[in-house]
Amino acid sequence: MSDVSLHPARLGPRDVLRVGAVGLRTRPVRVFLSALGIAIGIATMVAVVGISTSSKADLMAELDRLGTDMLTVEAGAPLNGGDGAPKLPKEAVAMVSRIGPVHKVSAIALLKDTTIRRNELVPPERNGGINVMATDPDLLGAVSGGMAHGRWFTSATAAYPTVVLGASAATRLGASPGELVWIGEDRFTVIGVMRPLELAVDLDTAALVGWGAAEKRLSFDGHPTRLYERSNDEAVASVRAVLTRTVNPQAPETVQVSRPSDALTAKEAASGSLTGLMLGLGAVALLVGGVGVANTMVISVLERRQEIGLRRSMGATRGQIRIQFLTEALLLSGLGGAVGALLGALATFGFAAVQGWPAVVPAWALGGGLGATVVIGMAAGLYPAVRASRLSPTEALGSG
Amino acid sequence: MTLEPVISLSDVVKSYGDLTVLHGVDLQVRRGELAAIVGPSGSGKSTLLNLIGTLDRATSGTIRVAGQDVGVLDDQQLSALRARHLGFIFQQYHLAPGHSALDNVADGMLYAGLPQRERRKRAAIALERVGLGHRARHRPYELSGGEKQRVAVARAVVGEPDLILADEPTGALDTKSGESVMGVLRDLNADGATIVIITHDQEIAASLPRQVRVRDGEIVDDRGPVIAA
Ligand SMILES: Nc1ncnc2c1ncn2[C@@H]1O[C@H](COP(=O)(O)OP(=O)(O)OP(=O)(O)O)[C@@H](O)[C@H]1O
Ligand SMILES: [Mg+2]
Repeated sequence: MSDVSLHPARLGPRDVLRVGAVGLRTRPVRVFLSALGIAIGIATMVAVVGISTSSKADLMAELDRLGTDMLTVEAGAPLNGGDGAPKLPKEAVAMVSRIGPVHKVSAIALLKDTTIRRNELVPPERNGGINVMATDPDLLGAVSGGMAHGRWFTSATAAYPTVVLGASAATRLGASPGELVWIGEDRFTVIGVMRPLELAVDLDTAALVGWGAAEKRLSFDGHPTRLYERSNDEAVASVRAVLTRTVNPQAPETVQVSRPSDALTAKEAASGSLTGLMLGLGAVALLVGGVGVANTMVISVLERRQEIGLRRSMGATRGQIRIQFLTEALLLSGLGGAVGALLGALATFGFAAVQGWPAVVPAWALGGGLGATVVIGMAAGLYPAVRASRLSPTEALGSG
Repeated sequence: MTLEPVISLSDVVKSYGDLTVLHGVDLQVRRGELAAIVGPSGSGKSTLLNLIGTLDRATSGTIRVAGQDVGVLDDQQLSALRARHLGFIFQQYHLAPGHSALDNVADGMLYAGLPQRERRKRAAIALERVGLGHRARHRPYELSGGEKQRVAVARAVVGEPDLILADEPTGALDTKSGESVMGVLRDLNADGATIVIITHDQEIAASLPRQVRVRDGEIVDDRGPVIAA
């Protein structure tokens, strides 16, 4: 009799979970609704991170494929309003090809006043926004282009009245290989249509003719408008440093060099601010969800005073009552978090599949989301749990 | 058998602010007793039982339960005392609605530190003892009031406590159901359980071996075979 051991027994983890789930099992609708807020918040955050990561992965893969080794050279604005638009020297391509690390170089020349039409009945003003340009057979390699239909120029066909159309130009014109189109006042045969070019977007709306053909038939003066240059990745910076002087030793300041892949990277960076906004919205949803869980828990404690009293009469310590309601809050928000993480991942996979991106859901986003729910569950459950544990047994039992 | 009483109160006072509801109560209950506490409404019966059950603390005086001076124990120790040595039965059954009768009874030992399998095994035996072995899988809403209260009795006795405290266990039941619950309590007492029951039912009180009468916070009459030592 007097050897009463008066140390409360510890509940095993399974009992803690079981007791913590009692309140959830008896009120499924409320559980669903209060877990929903957390689920929406976590789903938003996981999806936002997942989608932006997937899009970044896609960009990286694309940059990898396209290469970041391309530089373009153009004539810049004239100095102190000089004699009209500055032009690149005729021998620019030859000069650049002499720079050591450069392994591909080509040029285009915009033929400003030359129009292209489907036939002679179409008035020349209606050129559909298609620019006629002269180029040489090396262009396709220099811009990593490919053909959708037909063939690219050979040194032979480049001298004849033949034309290769950019992807959009072909659709606008409604022309396919083998057909004739009017360029200026001459008939040219379409020999090919290119695939869209990510790093040289303005070639998509171009009608390309050979350098020789342009000089012979379209009174082209031989000055290139833009050079496309490729080198080893590591050499890009050093090539860039010497490029202006090489192209135009007399007036290097009139030459502009740019790196088209920078534009893609910049586009991605711009979408980062949107990602931040969405993450903020997700955080707000999480906060609201946390308040919802806290509210549910406060109500749960109020409604279950008698159960608390009974448990105390059966020997539950204050700590065990506290753990019970904390566990309930954690289960509640954890449930929402798990469902939310799943939905966010599904949304990412769905969106990436539609966009044709590789789907990437970073582990840190899932872990962070679940970690956040644990923190929220703790924060939301602490006050109600402490209140429940402070209830005196007689007060709790007498409240029915 | 030890000589020390299961319950021993001396000069116990309980006040709520200015209001004193128990004025120096002395009471002893020995092992194996079956005692009734009777008295008018508001006389302090529940207050007395809650003090004995360590659900509340006395304002002054000494209370010894199962050999322990409960006044010097902290909340943890009191919880352990309740978990291992006391069983409660209330007028409302307080059964968990979503759980089977068996699991409700098994929960009576949750805080005594037995694994669930063992709790269920003993719960099945306890349900047999209250005559509800065939209702083990039923949920509370599938049971009558008397059956629910017998489940609550099984929950109170499943841990074989030294003392069972019942506050109007038949208060919400019709005469017949009340009889069945009292029958169960008598059987348990015959098997050796010490039981203290608050009741308003004169007939029930009269049928028990000992009646302790409370009025205005004092014990005014104590009849029965056992006289305080
Ligand atoms: N927490 C409390 N605060 C203030 N007064 C209380 C409190 N609990 C009980 N009382 C008062 O103590 C007195 C005794 O109450 P108690 O519940 O013990 O009576 P009882 O004999 O059980 O009555 P009944 O037969 O109606 O259940 C009552 O006057 C009651 O109002
Ligand atoms: Mg009472």
